Amino acid sequence: MSNKTKMAWNVGLIVALLATLFILEQILPSGSMFFTVLKKGAIYALVAVSMNLLNGFTGLFSLGQAGFMLLGAYAYAILTIPVESRGSVYQYFDGGIIQFTVPVPVALIAGGLLAAVFAFLIGLPVLRLKSDYLAIATLGFAEIIRAVFQWDKLGPITNGSNLLRNFPSFRSVLYPFVVSGICIALIVLLINSTYGRAFKAIRDDEIAAEAMGINLAHHKRLAFVISSFFAGVSGGLLAMYQTTIQASMFKSAMTYEILLIVVIGGIGSVTGSCISSFLFIACSEWWLRFLDNENLYIGGFHVPFLRPGFRKVVFAIVIMVMVLFYRQGIMGTKEFSIEGIRKFLKTRFGRKKAVEGGGSHE
Amino acid sequence: MEWITRNLPYLMAGVSVGGQYALIAIGYTMVYGILRLINFAHGDIFMVAGLIMVYAVTAMPIYIAIPLMILVTVFLGFMVERVAYKPLRSAPRMSIMISAIGVSYLLQNMALYVTGGLSQQYPTIPWISDTVTLFGATTKRVTLITPVLTIVLVVALVLLIKKTKIGMAMRAASRDFETSQLMGIKINSVISMTFIIGTFLAAVGSLLFFTNYTGVTPTAGAMPGLKAFVAAVFGGIGSIPGAVIGAFIIGICENIIKGLGWTTFSDAFTFALLIVILIAKPTGLFGEKVTDKV
Repeated sequence: MSNKTKMAWNVGLIVALLATLFILEQILPSGSMFFTVLKKGAIYALVAVSMNLLNGFTGLFSLGQAGFMLLGAYAYAILTIPVESRGSVYQYFDGGIIQFTVPVPVALIAGGLLAAVFAFLIGLPVLRLKSDYLAIATLGFAEIIRAVFQWDKLGPITNGSNLLRNFPSFRSVLYPFVVSGICIALIVLLINSTYGRAFKAIRDDEIAAEAMGINLAHHKRLAFVISSFFAGVSGGLLAMYQTTIQASMFKSAMTYEILLIVVIGGIGSVTGSCISSFLFIACSEWWLRFLDNENLYIGGFHVPFLRPGFRKVVFAIVIMVMVLFYRQGIMGTKEFSIEGIRKFLKTRFGRKKAVEGGGSHE
Repeated sequence: MEWITRNLPYLMAGVSVGGQYALIAIGYTMVYGILRLINFAHGDIFMVAGLIMVYAVTAMPIYIAIPLMILVTVFLGFMVERVAYKPLRSAPRMSIMISAIGVSYLLQNMALYVTGGLSQQYPTIPWISDTVTLFGATTKRVTLITPVLTIVLVVALVLLIKKTKIGMAMRAASRDFETSQLMGIKINSVISMTFIIGTFLAAVGSLLFFTNYTGVTPTAGAMPGLKAFVAAVFGGIGSIPGAVIGAFIIGICENIIKGLGWTTFSDAFTFALLIVILIAKPTGLFGEKVTDKV
């Protein structure tokens, strides 16, 4: 397949996907679980891909994602709460000190930029550390950011540890899809560029990469800042999805969930991260819900153990099994593509066709 | 004198919390020393120990409940290693760490299921929960017992590592994993022993820690766990005296910060300290310098 046809296929697929979503939205009731999963899944797909850029493609094991999402979410919320409702949101701080709003896309990008600036500053000392020390230091920074945002003295800006609400959110499921889609496309372009190849070289062997003339510090910082930018944007989207935010939401447990999504999808596969984030959200929010139902009968047999919370236990066990026995995840380091499917079908059914067609190969 | 009476409660609380962190930190530092693994599940095992105690006292008298709790916790630690870490021994280090995060997720969710998400009232343990007065400052007796008990346990542990055969095997394994295997050390039993000692100390730590608090929640172990890990890094990971000193320093500093009215930042301070130490002296106070071979 030539590059042009591949491109056409991809564009066609994306348009078809968006059209399907649009039609589904007209048909199905808007409160359907299906849309909840799609919205949250799209947001988590973005943050999972941004984490994959660091962990999977650059080999930097960072656990600071929740902190950067917090920055993005707060920047978005603070910049978009309408001036007239600031009085009620910042009720303990006389309406806060920020008395202007900016359009939603600008606020989302501002959230990303704030996260990127923080990442740059944090990266200066932290990126010199290796593997698990880096993980624990970034985790620590996320906790520090959370503590600072809950600080009373910053209340006029951050509303202390109180809820931020009343900011604009989205209705249509298309919104998170389009924003996440654009961001993920940008990340994919980056991964396929010279920079992306440098990142992969660093992941595979730092010393060899340095010997080939790759500036380690520069590239690591670049990957860290870009990943944080997109984590910030996804934080803004998450704020839109949830309609209220609070610093205490962004605990290290959130980072762990994102990490598990990345692992399940396959460390080093963008499409894997996307697929697994939808699966992860669908399982945790929707498909396994029946396990929380105490009065479940199968043909008169009262299923034991079921009560609220059981879903999460089953889910955690499934994840453990994945981590232990399918370390590659769903996709490994491969990508899902039209080309891949074509090849797969060809190896599966190609020979049969060839026999039928009289032994000539394509 | 007045200054002392005013600040003594914070200092005592700091020493006490420091002792509790020290007991958890030893588990981290020993496991890291041998497996090079941050055992993220350690803090959650500590929390599970608290929950076991809560449920055990409802069924039996306290002098049976305490040994039983310690026994069950140790068994849990042993099982976690066998099920979740042992199969990954030849896998890349990151896989084991991810497995540890998975175990932590599993334990928290199980606790959530069992408790129904409610904070469970920790039982009052007679004698150690009694109130005592020292230099005009009132405190629970556990505050005074913790540092003493910690020191005793640490001395016993150091003797175990320095004098016994299994201790020698542990030191060898932490020096060079593969060579010690070649020398005929049964590496699996050494690692199991490490986890058993680590979880035993964490169980004792949980007994002392939760006595000071009203309840146990499914996430109660995460923060003390992380702080204890910071203490282990601060003291130089792999070094037991280092972990203990680091834990006391962190416990005391944290409570002094609380005493100054900066409670919001007591957690943040710990991590700031971690970052400073990692940049200034990555091997910690007593850590050995490791050079990477190309």
